[in-house]
Amino acid sequence: MAGLEDLYREIILDHYRNPRNRGELEVPPATMAEGFNPLCGDEIQVYVEVRQGIISEVRLGGQGCSISQSSASMMSTAVIGKSTDGARDVMRDFKKMMSIHEDGLDGDATSGQTADRPGASGLGDLEALRGVVKFPVRIKCATLGWNTLDQVLDLLEVE
Amino acid sequence: MNTLSLDVAAIKAEFPLLQRQVYDQPIVYLDSGATSQKPQSVLDAMNQYYAEINANIHRGAYLIAEQATTAVENSRAALARFLGASVAEEIVFTKNATEAVNLVAHSWGRTNLREGDVVLLSTLEHHANIVPWQQLAADQGVEIRWIPITNEGRLDLTDLDALLDGVRLLAVTAASNVTGAMPPLRYLADAVHAVGAKILVDASQWSPHRPTDVAAWDADFVVLTAHKMCGPTGVGALWGRRDLLDAMPPFLGGGSMIQNVTFDGFTPAEVPTRFEAGTQPLAEIIGWHAAITFLEGLGLEAIAAHERDLTAYALRTLTERLGHDLTIHGPSSVEDRGGTLSLAYRDIHPHDLSQVLDQHGVCVRAGHHCTKPLMKVLGVNATTRASLYLYNDEADVDALADALFAAGEFFAF
Ligand SMILES: Cc1ncc(COP(=O)(O)O)c(C=O)c1O
Repeated sequence: MAGLEDLYREIILDHYRNPRNRGELEVPPATMAEGFNPLCGDEIQVYVEVRQGIISEVRLGGQGCSISQSSASMMSTAVIGKSTDGARDVMRDFKKMMSIHEDGLDGDATSGQTADRPGASGLGDLEALRGVVKFPVRIKCATLGWNTLDQVLDLLEVE
Repeated sequence: MNTLSLDVAAIKAEFPLLQRQVYDQPIVYLDSGATSQKPQSVLDAMNQYYAEINANIHRGAYLIAEQATTAVENSRAALARFLGASVAEEIVFTKNATEAVNLVAHSWGRTNLREGDVVLLSTLEHHANIVPWQQLAADQGVEIRWIPITNEGRLDLTDLDALLDGVRLLAVTAASNVTGAMPPLRYLADAVHAVGAKILVDASQWSPHRPTDVAAWDADFVVLTAHKMCGPTGVGALWGRRDLLDAMPPFLGGGSMIQNVTFDGFTPAEVPTRFEAGTQPLAEIIGWHAAITFLEGLGLEAIAAHERDLTAYALRTLTERLGHDLTIHGPSSVEDRGGTLSLAYRDIHPHDLSQVLDQHGVCVRAGHHCTKPLMKVLGVNATTRASLYLYNDEADVDALADALFAAGEFFAF
């Protein structure tokens, strides 16, 4: 049985209590997108500024639950300093972790590893969110910030 | 418990789902506002239909088809009685309350409303009683106007006269699925009729809990849904005044709803068949009858009294146990108030709160409850909602208070 400690790992609560990179950036030069979770009404604004091909700053606005807030907070620290392609790689890895596999549901969510990629996801702290897949209704919370970042990256490509 | 007028232990025993355990604890089901649990008698009625009289209705001249037809028409008659309607033909079966509102918006709305006409809604409405009118507004140039609410989550009728200017229809809930407030329907109906307009009442959150009397309300249309009143999912109803229904064109077209079809066109059937295109959810209609029988067996007045006492207990207990950390978005007195408790506890997000409650076996709903305009007025994105029903007792409320307290400890920082 999945317990609360699978979901609310200490690092998650830490990012919830002390969210990183809260605030706004001026648009332009930054690019912003807004995301909604239609299930619960949560909303998020993701601001990204890119300098010389590198994500120099990310700021987050809006409100949400501990999972959506901490996931976005960790996302911001994970993508700052990366190229937009690098950010997309992290996003892909994260979304893969959030997709429900049979063994992902039955397995030990606290191990932070999957059989095919032992400990080598490069997701760092974000691994703590792996337990979310055991609570399928919360996956949308964990991916809200990422889907919004995805929109920002699309906007950046158009520019 | 002895002050309450229902034998809740005996009632609980009739609901198979309430016997189950979750996480090795008895389930504490406090989400009847979303859907109620079903007594054994409802499950049996549906099984019996399939096992003994399953046949499509109205056309087969053989025994079981006649029995199925009779069972469905008996259900219509029972629902008419339950609602205080004068004739069974005023009952149209739909998929749910949502479809019933859409039926009125599409059929009555498109026939009777023109550009510049006003549809008055209340801020308490569920999206089911908002979006169909907004669709109409977009298509026909109809104006939507809103009745505001007070700090306690009741309708603020101070400026009703001004709000009624140009109104052709008021669509209003009988009981809010968020604040629990129960608007003064007869007062509203009289005011609306005085300006020559109609009133549609959304009784989805009323009819499971209180005696319904469409004549006493002097309503023109009433919508409701079976699954919130111990009945199955997949069926609801529109009650409409016969003269209004008679003048309305069909909503959905297809089999059953016609008198005649030629190469050139069709003639619609009489009311209510006109509005019941295609094969109806027969087992569900029959299951709904069993639910009505169950509710009437307990007595709607007794159910109402039980819920009033239990709501008073809940308001008192939660406030005493959780103090200023707890906000209840709704009236603080039980007068004209249902057992719907929308809560905010400290600044714990409703999703997180309900997740911790779940671990204690307590089922509540977190979210906007399909009332986003109301959420905006309340200044929140979401609430945690506990809703009480006839099978809940003081122990369930205590379990909620315990679990809220535990959530407070878990997220303490
Ligand atoms: C007040 C109110 N109206 C309408 C509905 C819609 O009911 P249904 O989804 O069965 O159509 C609900 C249920 O969520 C409700 O609470």
